[in-house]
Amino acid sequence: MERLPILKIGPMLLVSIQVDLRDDMVIALQEDLADRIVDTGARGVVIDITALDIVDSFTGRMLATIAALSRVLDAETVVVGMRPAVAITLVELGLSLDGIKTALDVERGMRLLSSAGGVGR
Amino acid sequence: MTSEPFGDLIERCRAVEDDLVRRWRADVAASLRGRVSEIELDKELREILDAVLSAVSAAEGADTRSAAYGEARALLVDLSRARALQGFSPRETAVSVFALKKAVRESVGAGEEFLAFSDVIDELALFTFETYAKAREEVISNQAEQLLELATPVVKLWQGVVALPLVGTLDSARAQVVMEKLLQTLVDTGSEYAIIDITGVPAVDTQVAQHLLKTIVAARLMGAECIISGIRPQIAQTIVALGIEFGDIATKATLADALMLALGRIGVDVAAEMSKRGL
Repeated sequence: MERLPILKIGPMLLVSIQVDLRDDMVIALQEDLADRIVDTGARGVVIDITALDIVDSFTGRMLATIAALSRVLDAETVVVGMRPAVAITLVELGLSLDGIKTALDVERGMRLLSSAGGVGR
Repeated sequence: MTSEPFGDLIERCRAVEDDLVRRWRADVAASLRGRVSEIELDKELREILDAVLSAVSAAEGADTRSAAYGEARALLVDLSRARALQGFSPRETAVSVFALKKAVRESVGAGEEFLAFSDVIDELALFTFETYAKAREEVISNQAEQLLELATPVVKLWQGVVALPLVGTLDSARAQVVMEKLLQTLVDTGSEYAIIDITGVPAVDTQVAQHLLKTIVAARLMGAECIISGIRPQIAQTIVALGIEFGDIATKATLADALMLALGRIGVDVAAEMSKRGL
């Protein structure tokens, strides 16, 4: 099965979703990410969904679950690069992803993490 | 088969064609009150009369949907479209065709065959009118579309701050366009703050508020903050009376206040920026 690569950049982890997500990949990502946060002691997770142009309620919930999971492991999650169409879809689905931090691109997302919560010190 | 119902009407019409066109043109010109030149009108009506007379004298002359009327119909389409685009009233357009009846009656005389000819003209006038209405509808839908696009400019106020001045009523279709345009601009310009100014929105009801909230939540999902500004006193009253909750969304009375808030959050020192640009 295809697995999404998780890159470690300083005290943060970066997941860049470049392919169409299947449900089993999403579940694998949640497990891998939890393992990596524990292994590396990362304090922040950046999920880049710039390339994602189709979302459903399952993907929306996945983002919320990852955020909750990271928070338990004391890491902040930032979702970056959401496309307008995706954002509109999520709002229409009634998923406002409360409690998830968002940023326009990876750079701003990493800056957000390093300014808040003391990640990167 | 000869065109029985019309007898020798066509031949008689042909004989007095010039007189016919003159009478017809006089009637039409009176109703158009000089907005189309006499020469233009003369050419237009002469062509139509010629096409109608040849169509009527052809076989199956009484059936205006037959192929013989192809040219006449095409000319009438041109006429009614031109009238619709130039903003002539329905009456003025219809008179252009109906006046032919009077002209024929006066210069050829009303007989048994005139009734059959009159039916043909009625049919053609109805056809003209249908085309006229269709052309007017096209004009209206085009204008509505243009308004939708024109009325939603997104302006850049500062590096990282865009404003969306909303003017006019916000219905579902327009809210959708506004939402898409704003979100796309946020991506294109990399702006983290968007100010939605509702000074020009005449009324805010629950539906409008719902559209605004959706836009703001979508912008948040993308990593941008929205500030609502331009809330007039009456609008504030309505919002409270309707029990609309804007939650933790920043609302300001004026666009200036909203810009100050955005600049403050970004941490811009306006004076320093100005001296840097030599102002």
